[in-house]
Amino acid sequence: MAKATALELELLEKGIPRAPLWRRLLRLAGSQPLGVVGLCFIGLILFCAAFADYIMLHNPQEIAVGPVSEGPSWSHPFGTDRLGTDTFSRTIFGARIAMIVGMSAILFGTTTGSAIGIASGYFGGIVDSILQRLIDSLLAYPAVVLLLAIIAVVGDEDSPVKEFLREPEVHLGFLGATIPLGPAGVIPEGTVWGVPNFLDVIVIALAIGLAVAVGTARVVRGAVLSLKENMYIEAARAMGASDFRIMLRHIFPNVAALVVVLSTIFLPIAILAEAAISFLGVGVPAGTPSWGADIGDPSNRAEAFDGSWWVVFFPGLALSIVVLGFNLVGDAFRDISDPRLRGGGGGTPGM
Amino acid sequence: MRTYILRRLLLIPLIMLLVSFMTHSTFRIIPGSVAEIKCGLQCTPQLIADTKHEYGLDRGFFEQYGSWLGVYTNEDGKVSGVLQGNFGKSFLTTLSVDGEIQDRLPVTLELMALALILSLLMGIPPGIISAIRPGTPLDWVVRVASVLWISVPSFYLGILIITFGASWFGWSPPNFETGRAVPITEDPIKNLQTYFFPALVLSLGIAAVIMRLTRSSLLEVMRNDYIRTAWSKGLRERSIVWRHALKNAMIPVLTIIGLQVGGLIGGSVIIESVFALNGMGNYLLVSIIARDLLVVQSLVLLFAFVYVLINLIVDVGYAWLDPRIRYG
Repeated sequence: MAKATALELELLEKGIPRAPLWRRLLRLAGSQPLGVVGLCFIGLILFCAAFADYIMLHNPQEIAVGPVSEGPSWSHPFGTDRLGTDTFSRTIFGARIAMIVGMSAILFGTTTGSAIGIASGYFGGIVDSILQRLIDSLLAYPAVVLLLAIIAVVGDEDSPVKEFLREPEVHLGFLGATIPLGPAGVIPEGTVWGVPNFLDVIVIALAIGLAVAVGTARVVRGAVLSLKENMYIEAARAMGASDFRIMLRHIFPNVAALVVVLSTIFLPIAILAEAAISFLGVGVPAGTPSWGADIGDPSNRAEAFDGSWWVVFFPGLALSIVVLGFNLVGDAFRDISDPRLRGGGGGTPGM
Repeated sequence: MRTYILRRLLLIPLIMLLVSFMTHSTFRIIPGSVAEIKCGLQCTPQLIADTKHEYGLDRGFFEQYGSWLGVYTNEDGKVSGVLQGNFGKSFLTTLSVDGEIQDRLPVTLELMALALILSLLMGIPPGIISAIRPGTPLDWVVRVASVLWISVPSFYLGILIITFGASWFGWSPPNFETGRAVPITEDPIKNLQTYFFPALVLSLGIAAVIMRLTRSSLLEVMRNDYIRTAWSKGLRERSIVWRHALKNAMIPVLTIIGLQVGGLIGGSVIIESVFALNGMGNYLLVSIIARDLLVVQSLVLLFAFVYVLINLIVDVGYAWLDPRIRYG
């Protein structure tokens, strides 16, 4: 009796003993083998993106590093194209481009989107109406068409967006004054981390980010609408907190988890979007070793048509692996959170 | 119900007005480079001014907007714009956009219709089979197929079909040699040869989404009490699935089909480029690359209009199908 009480006390004190974390994770992994495969795919691509410099055999842009239009061999595992560029190196480096564009798009898109969504939901009234009608009309375009329209506007060499990124300053025409917002060349135009034409690549990422922001804003606003009715918001206001402080300290932390989930959903979509528009020839500048650009490049396509299939096969395979990885992990998470709906819904339409 | 439809219908002109205004103002952000592209190397300030005048680009922002929309006089004094069905003319080729649309719309419509049919055929039956036999190898195959279909980008699959079709089977789409897609009225076989693979590639991702939703929705419905009642009444499985379960399970599926049509529009832009089909999407892309912004502006508006219309049909259809839903 006394022994049982001691055990009860111990249980009360320490909680019901559970298996160690690593064992629980292992069990979870065992129940979701496909999810683990997906994680491995994502890990592989992240590894390639981070350590591309050490994995690549040649400079991905250098021509004549090997024989011209040769199939896969030991010295060129993925073959070479008509200029003797190493397809393996281009494919590995493509991971870095995909990740830089994807992550910048997500970073820009979810930040802007949550800011707009929080403000719209929190203030309500006329601010909400205007912002929501704006979002309505942006959602009235099919996603790919919206993206192409944004690209058509910002992709121009003298577009205001590029001008702004070169020299971040605001011209106030009516005052005749110029307000600098940052040093010129914060985003360099040359090669950064081995990525050529860095500024142009970032512009593409921002365009995709804008489309991401529209989706994020709508979802975040919905969450904020119910959040702001909570008692603690009223308490904060009663204590004299400003609107800005309430939004930043009380509302944002509560939607942060949602935003993280949205980011993981949007990341593969953003990577696909970059590949799709680069494939169409309106994305990253010609010659950039991006997967989409390599598949879509007219001379690569002509070459593949004539038998050198490897120049388009491997970049596309890498792209498919990333998207597959994210989808598998997403499915696994859905199964864990709701085992009734094994394999339902989701996906990335239209790409 | 009637009020709901009426309200949605009344909202459309408002949204479209907003969309048209946004489209117009967005394309005005670009500095006057359009006229400079037009005259090319022989650009003189006089020539630029003349070109601008010819296309009405020297007029005020709202004058341009009004005349494009068709509520204000054009540069030649007539009232004719998008509302009257006049989408303007190309800046670079001086061809009228309307004529181009007439040539290209059938291509895109056929591609989209065929893709929709294929995605329904490949989405709903496997989804049903997988839901009524969960956990079997068949279910497993269907689920693996669906995740693969979603993950492989359509344009990559298209390129693979073209590449390996040519090198392994010596086959390439008929429009690659002739440069144009044969209309279905002229030669149905050749027409289908041209459109089958683009439509298939376009439909796979959508089929996968439909399949997954059919499966999960039917699984959900099959657990309901009324289904258990039907079982205990001794009904045959076929009649339970077809007469009782499927009707309720299809409601969310219909919604997702409607939503996927938006993806179909966007996807057709990409697939037309892969398979060299001269449809609307290709027109949009070519115009963007050539920076023919007047055409882009009109086309983007047209795409948005179709998309909004489809969304309306989906919403109304949803309310009509599921009487449990009441729109206040």
